[in-house]
Amino acid sequence: MIEIRNLSKKFDKIPVLKDLNLKLEAGKVSAILGPNASGKTTLLKSILGLVKPDSGQIYINNQSLNGNWDYRRMIGYMPQFAKFPENLSPREVIHFVEKLRGNPAETDQELYDNFQILNELNKPFRTLSGGTKQKVSAILAFLFYPEILILDEPTAGLDPVSSQYLKKKIEKEKLNGKTIILTSHIMSEVEEIADDIIFLVEGNIYFEGAINRILDDFSEKRLESAIAKMMQDTRP
Amino acid sequence: MNTSAQIGKYEFFNIIRNRWIIFYTILLLIFTDLLFRFGGDNPKVFISLMNVVLILIPLLSIMFGIISFYNSREFIELLLAQPIDRKRLYLGIYAGIVIPLSLSFVIGVSIPFIIHADWNFDKFWSFLVLLITGICLTFIFVAISYLVAVKNEEKVKGFGIALLLWFFFTLIFDGILLLILFMLDEYPLEKFSIILTLFNPIDLARVLLLLRLDIAALMGYTGAVFHKFFGSFMGFTVSGSTLLLWISIPIFWGLKSFTQKDF
Repeated sequence: MIEIRNLSKKFDKIPVLKDLNLKLEAGKVSAILGPNASGKTTLLKSILGLVKPDSGQIYINNQSLNGNWDYRRMIGYMPQFAKFPENLSPREVIHFVEKLRGNPAETDQELYDNFQILNELNKPFRTLSGGTKQKVSAILAFLFYPEILILDEPTAGLDPVSSQYLKKKIEKEKLNGKTIILTSHIMSEVEEIADDIIFLVEGNIYFEGAINRILDDFSEKRLESAIAKMMQDTRP
Repeated sequence: MNTSAQIGKYEFFNIIRNRWIIFYTILLLIFTDLLFRFGGDNPKVFISLMNVVLILIPLLSIMFGIISFYNSREFIELLLAQPIDRKRLYLGIYAGIVIPLSLSFVIGVSIPFIIHADWNFDKFWSFLVLLITGICLTFIFVAISYLVAVKNEEKVKGFGIALLLWFFFTLIFDGILLLILFMLDEYPLEKFSIILTLFNPIDLARVLLLLRLDIAALMGYTGAVFHKFFGSFMGFTVSGSTLLLWISIPIFWGLKSFTQKDF
């Protein structure tokens, strides 16, 4: 479980997150949505400790993150744009991260098997396509059975088959009681895999709740139209 | 194995597969070899080689460092999401580039030296000092390039600052120094010029090399003054320890900025 209290962050005096309060439950997929530059990635990165908040606190399982780093053992992260050292191969990078994590005896091989990237495993990253890099990034995120999954546009760049596998995997991990946070611009996908929506506008939470509630509130059948309405409402 | 060493190892393997580092090694190899072929085995070769070390190494180290830092930025982000200490990550990637660069330099210069030079104890010492100075300069300028890269999100700006710094330390600094000495030539400025020299790692390296070669008077004002003022041993100690300061200050400054940075 992740709890965020009064989180604020400015970049060059421009506020990106404004006094945010949020609770993310285990066993649920929460989608963070919002227009471009609404603070989605900054929020995810604050949880990861990549961005240092100006004020406020983040608690993971009731433990405050005070500049410590060991809690990241519990997190699997898929960044928006996966980029790896050009001259290393996926196999080397995966081994490397395994070593950094202290070579756990068991790792999650499911995506490994489903993505069928065996042929690409020994090629240097500079020769690999964006989709393959994205697959490696997904494999790394799920590899260590993390309690928390942070996925920044996970299916962007994946072919439909791989995308299906990834979504199935997300669903499965949710049922295993993991806390899953993702962002996406594809509303049908969000509808498919997410339970809750957090809608950010200019660093504030504009809406927070279950998908059904949004649809009811805006009396819409599709999430896409409901979100579109919401975006219209928030335009100055 | 320690986390920094792990990271260093991977960055090392990433770097040595890079074409440019091979190019760098071969360039130094050919250059040193040509110097020996045309110059024969005499002190002039050593001085030419010294000038290569003093100009080329800072330039290549600062450029190589800044390019590799910007290139691995996304990978750094990925690693930052792993359970590792930022300080160790920074020191790891620093080691991962500074070690292969130093190795290239040592290999590129040593092979022709071993082939061509007539070895004796004195020459061996001079050669060793040359190697150590070159390695120090590599450490300093990679550390500076990392500091610049950490402080500047924008690549173009980072490159600009890095080039300017190199230009400043190789040319502008000496120009200013000479100008000051020239304008104030009625005053005793020896101490002053020695202190100023400590503020430029390239000048310091030059002084160190010249002190070793015992031809200080041949090359430049600062070298001569240094020699006269300190004598060989003291000069050696002062310039050597200041070089170590020049390595550690940018490393720790960069480390501090890196741990506070938003990614």
